[in-house]
Amino acid sequence: MANKAMVMLGMTALAGLAACQKPAEEAKPGAAAPAAPAAPADDKGPIKVGILHSLSGTMAISETSLKDVALMTIEEINEKGGVLGRKLEPVVVDPASDWPLFAQKARDLIQKEHVAVTFGCWTSVSRKSVLPVFEELNGLLFYPVQYEGEESSWNVFYTGAAPNQQAIPAVEYLMSKKGGAAKRWVLLGTDYVYPRTTNKILRYFLHEKGVTDDDIMEKYTPFGHSDYQTIVADVKKFATGKRTAVVSTINGDSNVPFYKELGNQGMKATDIPVVAFSVGEEELRGIDTKPLVGHLAAWNYFMSMDTPENKAFIDKWNAYVKKNNLPGGEKRVTNDPMEATYIGIHMWAQAVEQAKSTNVDAVRQSVGFQHFKAPSGFDIQLDAKNHHLWKPVVIGEVKADGQFRVVWKTEGPIRAQAWSPFIPDSAKKVADWTFPWACGNCTAPKFGAAGVVAAK
Amino acid sequence: MRTAIELAVFVGMAATIVCPPAHAGPVEDAAVANAIDGLAASSDETIEESIRKLSALDDPRAIPALDALCDDRLRIGADGHPYIWDSKTRDVRHPVSGAVVSPAPRPLKEVEVGNEIRRVALPVLARLQLGSPAAAVRLAAAEELSKSGSADAAALLHRAKAREKDGGVREALALAIARADLTGTDPAKRVAALEVIGRSGNDGFLSELQRLTAKNADGTPVEPDARVAAAATRAMESVKSHQRLVGFGGSLLHGLSLASVLLFVALGLAITFGLLGVINMAHGEMLMLGAYATYTVQTVLHGHRFYLLAAIPIAFLATGAIGAALERGVIRHLYGRPLETLLATWGISLGLIQTVRLMFGAQNVAVANPDWLAGGLEITHGLVLPWSRIAVVGFVILVAAGVWFILQKTRFGLQVRAVTQNRGMAACLGIRTKRVDALMFGLGSGIAGLGGVALSQLGNVGPELGQNYIIDAFMVVVVGGVGRLTGAVAAALGLGIINKLIEPAAGAVTGKIVVLVVIILFIQRRPQGLFALRGRVEA
Repeated sequence: MANKAMVMLGMTALAGLAACQKPAEEAKPGAAAPAAPAAPADDKGPIKVGILHSLSGTMAISETSLKDVALMTIEEINEKGGVLGRKLEPVVVDPASDWPLFAQKARDLIQKEHVAVTFGCWTSVSRKSVLPVFEELNGLLFYPVQYEGEESSWNVFYTGAAPNQQAIPAVEYLMSKKGGAAKRWVLLGTDYVYPRTTNKILRYFLHEKGVTDDDIMEKYTPFGHSDYQTIVADVKKFATGKRTAVVSTINGDSNVPFYKELGNQGMKATDIPVVAFSVGEEELRGIDTKPLVGHLAAWNYFMSMDTPENKAFIDKWNAYVKKNNLPGGEKRVTNDPMEATYIGIHMWAQAVEQAKSTNVDAVRQSVGFQHFKAPSGFDIQLDAKNHHLWKPVVIGEVKADGQFRVVWKTEGPIRAQAWSPFIPDSAKKVADWTFPWACGNCTAPKFGAAGVVAAK
Repeated sequence: MRTAIELAVFVGMAATIVCPPAHAGPVEDAAVANAIDGLAASSDETIEESIRKLSALDDPRAIPALDALCDDRLRIGADGHPYIWDSKTRDVRHPVSGAVVSPAPRPLKEVEVGNEIRRVALPVLARLQLGSPAAAVRLAAAEELSKSGSADAAALLHRAKAREKDGGVREALALAIARADLTGTDPAKRVAALEVIGRSGNDGFLSELQRLTAKNADGTPVEPDARVAAAATRAMESVKSHQRLVGFGGSLLHGLSLASVLLFVALGLAITFGLLGVINMAHGEMLMLGAYATYTVQTVLHGHRFYLLAAIPIAFLATGAIGAALERGVIRHLYGRPLETLLATWGISLGLIQTVRLMFGAQNVAVANPDWLAGGLEITHGLVLPWSRIAVVGFVILVAAGVWFILQKTRFGLQVRAVTQNRGMAACLGIRTKRVDALMFGLGSGIAGLGGVALSQLGNVGPELGQNYIIDAFMVVVVGGVGRLTGAVAAALGLGIINKLIEPAAGAVTGKIVVLVVIILFIQRRPQGLFALRGRVEA
């Protein structure tokens, strides 16, 4: 009971934070970094790396394997001699799906453990909760999950997809003839910042495509919701007029009862396809996927992608699972946020090698110039300007064996739009951390043409 | 259901051998085999083309291959021919004869089809399946055909309807014919079709009806034939009223199902808190332990079909024993001190959560629905009740009746009621009150364990499972009136149905808030709850 109250309090506090989002501007690049970068005292010892993922609670279903894959990647780098000739030492903490606890654990990681970098968070509410901490202490966070955008921080690198790398292409696909030519839309999500913002963007986008509000139904459920009878029945009723598609931003273990209900009520993908943005191979593990064949997910990577890089990645993962005897054993799968975690850690390691330092400011300067051949088979780069990863977009249909069949993908990686061009207020904003903008959410450069700080 | 279809498919194949289609000949044989071979193509266009060919050939021998194609069971052998993968026996079968191919032409490659191909293949498959000997398959086929009608299918549907004996299938076929007739030009047929649609109340036709009743910009109706337009308006009204009825009935039934869950989580608490007066914060963990007991039984029995039945007594006994032990070890020493009881049971709840985390891991565990609880019962078009929920409703009724029987009709129940009403007097009359307390607490906990079995079929099973339900449990018991089982039943029903009536309009989040506000107001007006009885706390 107390737990619930805490979460509520945390949410309220977060809402307040989101309303006056300033911290990103305060940390000025170029200007002296506020706090001393978190570097370990001696330069010979191991480099500490923080891993901040929920290992219990409602998000554990998704986040546990990110912790595992991070440890695997660190082990892989260590086997090759580490970074700068030093080993990486992972520091794993469990914020237990408790959003305020994320901030506390992040502070511990930076101040007590002196980690050089942190890989972590899944839900946007947890990222929003740690953001002020990383900005205050000048830490470095690699965030591996697709999210709603509308953010770009000096202290965060986003290796998951922004809406234009996932949500918008998925909706465009469902509008196409191949995708079923949907005319009516159900936007279904868990009640927090990611689904709400994504659906706001999608609503603007759908309006632009000529869909009226009558043909959009938006529904939210609390975290951990398990009774989807009414919602599935409502969706079926709503779908009677026109061809309908469901866009699901349901997060965490609620997906299990949701997909079970879809199967039980016989909502077939050929009639009403559901495209999910937070459901991958990992979430489908343990659900009988036969009734779900044909429902979709939009990501930037699928385990079923047939590339040599992916094969190597999966082999490495299977060997790691076997060696450490991880729960699930042979049934363990790889998924998109795991790939993003893998890419993120490698990019950071490459950047440290290039900068010849683990200093946050030095690493930040070099991260933007790294390339990496990702398991998806594409040559991926981090954008120095907006701190987001260039990603290919892949849409897959659920198969009977719980994997996805790729039905559509982009030619190559596309650049993230941190600020959605579909939301009028956001369209004006620019995320560009290079000269002369040096800002994550400005409408005008912070530095003038001659390098003079613009009056503000 | 799946097995039934598969079985029917194979029976269907057998039937075709007995009575081959009149036009079958060596030429057609080759054509069918050719077209089926075409399904094993890598390009979508070729597959679509082959499906069209099969549709034109109209030969039921194509059923198994098409069915496998839609279900992800069709494979391409090393020889380039298609084969059917039997996921149960792990055999490779011939696409026409169904005979096991041995040795299998490995490596087998999946035929890659998406929804685009399925949308083409399903109606073709349905047309072929109209001749199936199994009524369930014919019904599914007719329903599939009523989704997409074309004029050329009408003749086929009429033939099928003429030889159909099963009432349900005839109705579905009539609808499919109506769909086909509606696209035709004969006004009399169209009016008749609209009448059929109106009678059925099937809301799958809503978009056509809207189109027929729409008006142009200048106010003239889109549909030039006034009779058709009038019939469409009537049909539309009837479909809409059916939809409203289904919506309301659905809310009631979903409310009943939610009520059954609420009652399950509250029933045990109604005994431990209601009758014994122990503010039992660890009640949620008893639910959780019951769910984990189910998981353990499932693991031990390797997911046997009927593991759930074995889990019921085991969960009851395990949680009951833990409950009784808790009462003996901790709670007994705290009677009459509600605050300490609250803190102690809360501590126990945290301890239990952590123990389970250490034993089973922090992640959720997968408790599978047995196949006899998968799927749902279609009550009317647009209203499906999942079997798992129906089972929970039935189970809770049984358990509540059992509890009532124990409390009202047995010697133990009499002792319980005596102890609840006047402990001192009961002790004087020779009732071993301490033993009654322990057994009562065990019974309450055991019933919570049964609730855990039920919850494991509906939601996720994780260490925090109990935390999600403890508030609901207290809510039901307090609203119902502490100390009364009837109160708990009435409160669970009321809260469940109110919640589900509000949810469609206000959403799940607001719905929960509204229910809580209603409860606060109600408790202010009537602090003793729906049914009042003096509990032991005051005594």
